[in-house]
This record gives sequence, C-alpha cells and structure tokens, in this order.
Amino acid sequence: MTLTADVLVVGGGIQGCSAALQIAQRGFSVILLEKNGVGRHASGVNAGGVRRLLRDPAEIPLSVASMEMWLRIEDLVGADCGFKVSGQVAVAETEAEFATLRARAEMVASLGYAHEELIGRDELYRVVPALAPHCVGGLIARGDGFASPYHTTMAFGAAARRAGVRVFEEVRATGFARRAGVWHVDSSAGKVEAKFLVNTGGAWGATVAAMLGEPVPLEAIAPMMMVTAPVPPFVEPVVIGVGRKLSFKQAPNGSVLIGGGHRGVPDLAGETSSVDFRKLVISAQTVATLFPVMRDAQIVRTWSGIESRMPDDIPVLGPSSTEEGAFHAFGFSAHGFQMGPVTGAILAELVADGGSNFPLAPFRITRFRENASVAASGQ
Amino acid sequence: MTGAYDAVVIGAGPAGLAAATLLAERQARVVLVDEQPAPGGQIYRAVEGMTARQPELFEALGPDYAHGDELVTLFRTFGAEYRSQSTVWQISPADGSDAAHEVWLSRGGRSELLQARNVVVATGAMERPVPVPGWTLPGAMTAGAVQVMLKSAGVVPEGMVLAGSGPLLYLLAGQCLALGARITAVLDTTARANEQAALRHLPAALRGAGFGYLVKGLALKLRLRRAGVPIFRRVTDIALQGTSEVTDISFRSRGRPMWLSADLVALHEGVIPAQQITRSIGCVHDWDAVQHCFRACTDAWGNSSVDGVLVAGDGAGIGGARAAEHAGRIAAAEVLRRLGVADAAGRDALAAADLRGRAAHLAIRPFLDRLYAPPAAILRPADAVMVCRCEEVTAGAIRGVVQQGCLGPNQAKSFLRAGMGPCQGRMCGPVVSELIAEARGVGVEEVGYYRIRPPLKPITVGELAALDVSGA
Repeated sequence: MTLTADVLVVGGGIQGCSAALQIAQRGFSVILLEKNGVGRHASGVNAGGVRRLLRDPAEIPLSVASMEMWLRIEDLVGADCGFKVSGQVAVAETEAEFATLRARAEMVASLGYAHEELIGRDELYRVVPALAPHCVGGLIARGDGFASPYHTTMAFGAAARRAGVRVFEEVRATGFARRAGVWHVDSSAGKVEAKFLVNTGGAWGATVAAMLGEPVPLEAIAPMMMVTAPVPPFVEPVVIGVGRKLSFKQAPNGSVLIGGGHRGVPDLAGETSSVDFRKLVISAQTVATLFPVMRDAQIVRTWSGIESRMPDDIPVLGPSSTEEGAFHAFGFSAHGFQMGPVTGAILAELVADGGSNFPLAPFRITRFRENASVAASGQ
Repeated sequence: MTGAYDAVVIGAGPAGLAAATLLAERQARVVLVDEQPAPGGQIYRAVEGMTARQPELFEALGPDYAHGDELVTLFRTFGAEYRSQSTVWQISPADGSDAAHEVWLSRGGRSELLQARNVVVATGAMERPVPVPGWTLPGAMTAGAVQVMLKSAGVVPEGMVLAGSGPLLYLLAGQCLALGARITAVLDTTARANEQAALRHLPAALRGAGFGYLVKGLALKLRLRRAGVPIFRRVTDIALQGTSEVTDISFRSRGRPMWLSADLVALHEGVIPAQQITRSIGCVHDWDAVQHCFRACTDAWGNSSVDGVLVAGDGAGIGGARAAEHAGRIAAAEVLRRLGVADAAGRDALAAADLRGRAAHLAIRPFLDRLYAPPAAILRPADAVMVCRCEEVTAGAIRGVVQQGCLGPNQAKSFLRAGMGPCQGRMCGPVVSELIAEARGVGVEEVGYYRIRPPLKPITVGELAALDVSGA
C-alpha cells in the first residue's frame, strides 16, 4: 500500500524528529521512517552535552541559535529534556594549551560572539575545585550545559507525533526515485510518495545520499562512554580536555559520565558497535590524573554508539546537489546533539521557504568533490 | 597468539570443573576462573574439605552434594591452573580466526587481561526472579541464598517458610530438616494444569537417570510429611507483609485466603540460564518456550554462535548438575578437537560416555519443566510490584512506557533506568522482557533482552587506569 505525505523524513534521530516536528508545525503533512527505533543510535546514547564551546567557526551561528531554542525547549517539545545550564569548561594543563585557548577566545570574540570566556587559574579552581592541582587555566561557556539525550530525542519524537507526524519505527527506506516532481520511496513496509525528501540518516546518511547519486566520504565511528555509580556531588560544569580526549560531567543523580573521543569499533552493516577497553584504560588514566577523587568510583557501565564523521568534522546540511526537493542533514561528527533544535528549524525553512537565513555554504554536500577537483587541478 | 591459553574456563561448578579437569589431563594450557574462594560453584559450594571440617553438615547436605567432593578431588589431581576470587568483567571475542579472545578479570582490586584461543562459559544458572508483593523486604530471600548461608557459613534458619516450586525448594527443606531446623510451612505453587501437562511426559521421565530423580523427589516430600511440616498446595497470590521487614505472609491455598506469621521466607520458582556473559560476547540466544527462558544457542558439543566460545552446562539450557558435568567434558573434548589434539573421531570416542550420560540425566527434564513451569503471576507481576529493585521501577511503570511507544527492554532502560543499577539487570531482565511482550501482545523472543554493557561487574576507575595492556 502506498502512503502519501508532503514530506518524507528518513531517520528518527534527534535531527529527523526535530525536522519532522518543525516541518509539521509549518502546516505540511509528514511521514518519518526509522529503521530501528527513535533514538536508537547516536541521538539516544551520546554524552548529552549542550555545548557551544570550541565549535568550528562555521557552526557557531547555528549553535548559538540552537542554544536559544534549548532555553525554551519545553515550549518546543513539551518536556524539559533534563536540560540543565551547568557551564562547560575546557581545561588547559600546560601553558601551551592555555595559549591555544587564548587564541581561540580572541578568534570567537572577533566574530562578534561573547559566549566563550578565558579564565585564569584561580577562577578555574573556583569553578572546578576537584581538579588536580597542575592545571593553568581554561575557557568557559557559562551558559552551556547538558541534557538527557534519550529523553530529549524521545520528546522530539513524541512532539512530532502530536503535531501530526506519522512516525513508523522498524521500517527501512530501501529505494528512492523522483518522477514528475514526486519522490517515490520504497520501504520495508510499502511505498511512500512525497514532494520533499529529508535525509537525516546519521551514520547511514551517506547511504541515502549515495542512492541520490551524491556519495560523500562519511566515516562511521563509535564514540565510547563510561558511567560510574553515584558519588557525592563534586563538579558542577561539564569539563573538557584540551590536550587529552576527555568530556566529564556529573549527572544530577551523582553518577559521573566519562566520554570525550576515544572510539570503539563500529559495525555499520550490523547496526551495532562494541567498546574497546584498551582505549578505555586511557580514558580511565585521564580521569584518574585530572580528578584524583574519582579513583575509587565504580565504573558500572560502558557503551558505544554509531555516529558519523565527515573529513572536516562538520555536517552535511542543505539541499541535495543532484535532485530537486531533497535535503540532507547528517554527518554531525559527534557533536550534533546540541544542534538538533536548529537543524529542524533550518530544514523547515528549506522545505517551506526554499532557502535558509543561516549561512549554510560551509555545509554543502558538494564540498568534498570540489576539494578533490581543486587538488587534481593543482597538479 | 603466543602467551595465549588454549582455553579459559569460566565458572568452577560441575561443568567448569569437568571441562578444566579433562583439558588439564590432556595437557592443554587451561585456566579455570571463578568468583568463589573455593571450587564447586553454587551446587557444590564449600564442598572441598567439608567432610573433615563440618562432617554433620556434609552428611545433612546429602549424597548428591557429596558427589561434588569427588569432582573437586579429580580437578585438583590433574592440576589445572585455577584462579579463585576472580571476576570476569569483560570478554572481547576474537576479531579474526588467528586472533585470541580476550578475557578481562579482576582479583582483589587488580585487573588483568588473559588471552584465550577458546573460552568455555560454564557460568550455569541463576534463580528465576520471584517478584511477589513485598519481595524486596528484608526477610525475603531466595532458596539459593539460604543454601549459600547453609553451605558456606553453616547457618541453619529456624522457622522459615518456603514458597514456590521446583526441586531446589524441596531439597532445601530436606536439608534444613536433616540439620534439625523447624520449618514453619512449605507453600507449593504448582498448579493442577502443570501436573496434567507433565503427566504426558512421565513415561519418558522414567528412562535414563529419570527414575532415580523421581524416587528422590518423592522420598523428600514423604520426609517432609513425616516430619509434620505443613504443606499448602495450589498456592497463589503470595504477598509478603511488613513495613521494614517481613512479618507475615498471606496467600491463597486452593483459592482459600490464609496467612502465616514468618520473618524469613525463601522464595523459589526454578532456575534459568545466566545470560550475562554470553549476551555480552554476542552469542545468539534462543527463547525456550518450555523452560520459559532465554538460553545461549549451542550445538551438541557446546559451540555457541561465536567461533571459539563454548557454553557448557545450564547456561545453554537447564539440565541440572550431573548433565552439566557431562556437558563440561563434552565441551572439553570439542576444545581438544579445535586445538588439533584430537580429530573428530577421537573427540567422539572421548565424549561417547558423556553424551550418553547427559542424555540419561536430561530424560526427566520435559516432565520437570512442565511440572514446575512458573506461574504467570511471577512472570508478569501486578502493576504495584517492584520489578527493578535497584532503580525501583514497578511492573506498572514498564507497562506504562509500552503505551508511550517503548518497543523493547533497551528502550525501557533508557525511559526508566530499569536494569541500570548495580545488579545490571540480572534481576529484572527476564521480567521486563515478559512484561513488554505481554503489553505489546507479541512473543518474548520478539522483544528480546537487555543489551549487556560491560563491565559485567563494576570496577573502579583506578583499577582500570592501572591495567597494563601494553604487553598483551
């Protein structure tokens, strides 16, 4: 049986649910297909950081706008999503790292943004008293924070449903063809016809893009997390490493979430991933060094999730270069969670208005081919 | 793979002891890893040296328990490497045919990494959770936990109520009687329908070792009657009462409401395979509709779906201690074939007696499995009953999230934190899967089970940080 809608969204992570919601709010009928369950992969199992700090300059305008939406998240999705403004702070362990942070702060200020603030040693230890004593300073975004990733993604999914989006889980899109201005999409449950196609496939986004004739060099990665049993409160902001891979925060229930970049082993075809304990040993060493108080904390669980990474670590976001009426938003490179609200707004603009007020040029899907041809012509 | 063991055997119960013994006898490089301070597993816990140490207790625990002494003696004779008090907290399966499996374990706050060409998982069974109202109160125990006190500390509970069904419940009652303890009552939850379903399998149960099991079971029940222990039959609606601890137990017997005063209640509704390790490795599991549990899929030799990972004993389906012992030797014979020590014919010859022995001990299972099939009220408890004890999630909360679109146990975990506490879902996993299946109107096999996240048991940040992985 064929279902029809104005817009078909493929992928039920936070980007897809946010897009479906905000497109539906513009008065379009929307179908969302999710091959597993809403929030099953990166959107549901990430560290939950709601961070503007240390973003790629191209992402800053979007991230700043997204933060405005986070502050009103309950108005958008009808749930608080566990969002807390705790601050996020990058910690310099050496003078060289501190110099990097100073240069960064100056660059951000020169762009006209004020959310990143360089702090010296005294202020760093006032903000994070439990840090080991060797640190020299930091860069803080006091308005950043964290949220509960699974609850957030589910809240976006539920809000989309309430806005009239038909959400089909465990249904896989398998083929795309555009005829006479209409997308004909095959799925494991039947055919869908829609005027617009939105690809929010996450780690599988490149698979969809390739089916539209525009392959991109996406790398599947499996960021890892560890969580400890609850310990007495000792750290308020999210702490990020500069010279080492670390993201560290204490949840409201006292458990400590440790992530930050060490990667496990993704299995894109099997749609699963596994942790690599050799690398988690390094994570544990980092934590034990920076937070001696954590040595006796019990690690109760570790996990990894499948995420996508683009070569330049920023997403593909914007219209298809090969097909009319198709838009992409994937490849968020392990920092897309905070961008969920604004991504949905941008995709709604693209669908409804045919363009966006945000500077999307850096995220165009053709950029990898251009670089390849530039490199080739440079010979 | 230099430095790798030919086999790491996990669990020193009957299957693990038998497997390690045969492998050591054939000069394989084998290490037996176990959490307990002494070999024997749950069934033969503390058996080594008990004849000298506590002869009366040894006598009271009976001849089946005494068999464990022979098994442990044989294990010691062949001198397999043995690491007691060692907790396996992660197994990373080999990612190529030439690579080794990695077994991460902790002992006394220090972790180390072993490499193994084969892993024999012999972690056996765990008691099926019995979520009745009040099961989280102090004074409510499992029959198995009472047996642990009995075997390892020689503590004999006075005035206990035993409630549920299954061989272990009656065995425990018999052992307590033999030690002179008073038993307040046995509440038998076996339904009439179970007896009718089991009857059809009685002829098969008389074959092999089955007849012996039946005689033992009847003798136990007779002994309880002779001792004047009140036995209530057709028991339903068990609820443990009390505010800070159990003070009373209420129930219906043949539909009639009754209660008893009790401060210690041993609950038991049979045992199910311990899935934590095999799930975390990624072995395929089957739903066993008769035994009403998930179990690791294996072939006749114990090979799981993961190459080089074998499952021996109750982890691959409940068969009891003697069947597990045979399965341990069968798996060891297969490991010897995998190592090239034996060819297929050699393996077959080596395992022939054990294959026959296992079949003989399994003959009674179809009868027992139906007779002691767990009651629906235990599998899918009422809304008010606590299901996840660690995170305090009720059955009603689980049913509620299904209405919100939760499809399976892993989503329930994300919604409610069910299964995320210190027991890591061991206690609530089976119940949560059942509840979701019921609420969705599908089979348990369709909703599946928790993904098991390592570490299997908690380790400290400091212990992980101190782990030397450079040489491994």
